[in-house]
Amino acid sequence: MTTTEKPDYKVIGTRPIRPDGVEKVTGKALYGADIHLPDLVQGAVLRSPHAHARIVSIDTSAAEAMPGVLAVVTHNDLPVVSNKVMDMGEGISTASDMSKNVMAADKALYRGHAIAGVAATNVHDALTAIEAIKVEYEVLPPVLNVQDAMREDAPLLDESRHTKTPAGELSDNASNVAAHNRFEGGDLEAAYAEADIVVEREFDTKMVHQGYIEPHNGTANWNSDGTLTVWTSTQGAFAVRSALSELLQLPVSRVRVIPMEIGGGFGGKIGLYLEPVAALLSRKCGRPVQLTMDRTDVFQATGPTSGGHMKGKLAVKDGKITAAEVSLAFEAGAFPGSPVMAGAMCMLSPYEVENFKVDAYDVVVNKPKVAAYRAPGAPNAAFCVEQLIDEVARETGTDPLQFRLNNSASEGSRMITGVAHPRIGHEETVEAAASSDHYQSPIEGPNRGRGVASGFWFNAGMQSSVIASVNPDGTVNLIEGSTDIGGTRASLAMQLAETLGIEYDSIRPTVADTDAVGHNDVTGGSRTTYASGQAVYEAGLDVQQQLVARAAQLWECEAEDIEYADGGLRHTSDSEKTMTFAEIAGKQMETGGPIQGRGTVMARTPGAAYGVHVVDVEVDPDTGKVDILRYTIAQDVGTAVHPAYVEGQMQGGVVQGIGWALNEEYYYGEDGRMENASFLDYRMPTSLDLPMIDTIIVEVPNPGHPFGVRGVGEVPIVPPLAAIANAVHDATGHRFTELPISPRQVVEELHNLQ
Amino acid sequence: MPRRAHVQTTLNGEEIDFLCEPRQSLLEVLRDELNLTGTKEGCNNGNCGACSVLMDGRVVNSCCVLGVEAEGAAVTTIEGVAEGETLHPLQQCFLEEAALQCGVCTPGFIVAAKALLDSEPDADEGRVRHWLAGNLCRCTGYDKIVRAVLKASEMEEVTA
Repeated sequence: MTTTEKPDYKVIGTRPIRPDGVEKVTGKALYGADIHLPDLVQGAVLRSPHAHARIVSIDTSAAEAMPGVLAVVTHNDLPVVSNKVMDMGEGISTASDMSKNVMAADKALYRGHAIAGVAATNVHDALTAIEAIKVEYEVLPPVLNVQDAMREDAPLLDESRHTKTPAGELSDNASNVAAHNRFEGGDLEAAYAEADIVVEREFDTKMVHQGYIEPHNGTANWNSDGTLTVWTSTQGAFAVRSALSELLQLPVSRVRVIPMEIGGGFGGKIGLYLEPVAALLSRKCGRPVQLTMDRTDVFQATGPTSGGHMKGKLAVKDGKITAAEVSLAFEAGAFPGSPVMAGAMCMLSPYEVENFKVDAYDVVVNKPKVAAYRAPGAPNAAFCVEQLIDEVARETGTDPLQFRLNNSASEGSRMITGVAHPRIGHEETVEAAASSDHYQSPIEGPNRGRGVASGFWFNAGMQSSVIASVNPDGTVNLIEGSTDIGGTRASLAMQLAETLGIEYDSIRPTVADTDAVGHNDVTGGSRTTYASGQAVYEAGLDVQQQLVARAAQLWECEAEDIEYADGGLRHTSDSEKTMTFAEIAGKQMETGGPIQGRGTVMARTPGAAYGVHVVDVEVDPDTGKVDILRYTIAQDVGTAVHPAYVEGQMQGGVVQGIGWALNEEYYYGEDGRMENASFLDYRMPTSLDLPMIDTIIVEVPNPGHPFGVRGVGEVPIVPPLAAIANAVHDATGHRFTELPISPRQVVEELHNLQ
Repeated sequence: MPRRAHVQTTLNGEEIDFLCEPRQSLLEVLRDELNLTGTKEGCNNGNCGACSVLMDGRVVNSCCVLGVEAEGAAVTTIEGVAEGETLHPLQQCFLEEAALQCGVCTPGFIVAAKALLDSEPDADEGRVRHWLAGNLCRCTGYDKIVRAVLKASEMEEVTA
């Protein structure tokens, strides 16, 4: 479904096979744990068995004396670093907090918090050695949810932490609340007084994990000349480089990060865990050191996303939302930095709301420090707001999609931040969902229901740079620095082919290391196809310009007399003079040497994305199991560069959302121990749990991108939690306000109603 | 160092032997001793299927099989699925149907799906979903994986 007439693209919109595809289906692609270096040794990390404890002493002497052990490191081996703010691209922390998270300093703040690292000649010796490290702990009571953490008498994770208030001041008393922010506008009380309907509810969600299949890994070689080389599976090699430079106090130019293939990230592979420990071990033992996590470590000691508590209130008059008041308190984990502000800024963005008050609390608890997870913060917040929207739509007797359309934001509407929307596609997306075969078909049968929800995500811009080298045979090597997690080598090569008017197969893209290309921010924020695509376009124009100059030499004319079109050059007034791309590429040597195009961007116009989802469920009242019968996504993607990969992003995001809605949660005992830290007990959806996921690609081109591209990957996880809750309500008449809507929860709540 | 056992096995059609400690899993032997890193570790306890290999035609999680158990067996890993430069229909269909994103679960899915199509070339969607329920993918939502397997099952090379 295209809303404006699309240019006649030759490559964009096709579905070619990705350049890295054959390596990945034959097992030849090298992921971080696959690297074997000469003299490589293995390591292991000792982790805290307590959720909250003061570290009294660490004795590593017995471990150091064990056979095969080459080096042992603790927090004391890390340099002292400042409170400098570290923006990793999707999540902000301080250097000091990052350092304390890499290996605990004076306190262990969650079960699984790294305490020490060991390098040994093989992994079994390293694992045996960490058990010989003696740590004396003074165990402290843990705080495990935001409500407990916000109590005045709560145990404090950090006695020196005070709340940063909305006024920008620090609170008098120490607190687990790191920050309280507020957005306000209009006159809430007047809106409530005049309203036809006011609804108010509270919601709870649990911590959940991204669940990438590849565990974290890091391999480091510290050379005696003071240079450090790191091989790792990361979403952002440059983010890893700058963080290593800061945490280890090395000049940036002395750190080289080689991005290996990455087995999923979803935001969770931006932060640093193993890389600094491997680097310190390598420095101590003089050999390259490899560390890999097991699945329990991944759950307990990397960055899931926040659970939290939310309170929402909506007022409606004459079918229009007149007021919204929402309070969000999100778990940050052990150090500040939850995505609560992103959630706060996204949740009302599908709508026009004049009167509002939104409070956002960032709260530390004794759980792992959260990391980004696909549209961080937005799914939780939508779980609250989109259920309230469903409720007021029902109370006014309006079709829920029609209600959304009646209240939809459009170009010029202001978000709660005061920023006006540019051209957005929420209305088109609602209409696409409403006219889908799915929504037009009735849902019949007992215990079945249908739900819908909208979702919004900003999408990110940020920095990218690429190099396009033209080969004498007319092919092009594209050097880029954006990790390819799901097909961006293809989507970038396609945009360069489109810009140059040549075949997709003529472009060979390579993801380079940090020494080989300019700065590239993380593959996150749905930015790579958009922002690196813009850099690729710039590089293509640069190549075009150089080719024109070369042709001007050959034809002895002015550059202005030459036009670059349809993959070649032609003289504007002499139709005899034409050259294909390959012909001029072959004349590089005789016209001045190599032709290399550059593209660097600080992309600022990412083009927000909207998704509208329709889901049918069946609830088994005896077992409490919720089955997904049918699922349809409509999403505005701007321009679908590679439609099959766009569909894949939509389907994958939805299925993560289905897991979050129905099964997934960090399940804690009172002692702060995660009791389901395996793929058996943390149950992610399998192929057997799901139907096919239908997709409707809506294309409202982003005016801020040469091909109209908007980010695609994140917004599909925003609506499912609420859409499914709305469907379960439709099936049972009961509103579930706590995630996950697991069989236990369903049986208990339905039983209590009887 | 624990005494290492001498194991003789057939790996991807070739008779080989290797030494391994009794505690080493087949996954560890494949990756660390034989340098066949196409078989992936996702969980190391049999829950994700990323390490799927065929032993005498049956799918096993190689993290849950000891290296010494490969004695006398025929083992097929992802490196043995294609015939030279010719991709197996499953590999071709995974590429054409965009059935991989990050690709780390892909070797396990292809090996597991091969075992299904070898024995049940007419498997329908329900059977494919049931068979592949032991393999976790977090990127695709399974839609395109299931379609790729069904498409491969219709190709002549598989049904013949």
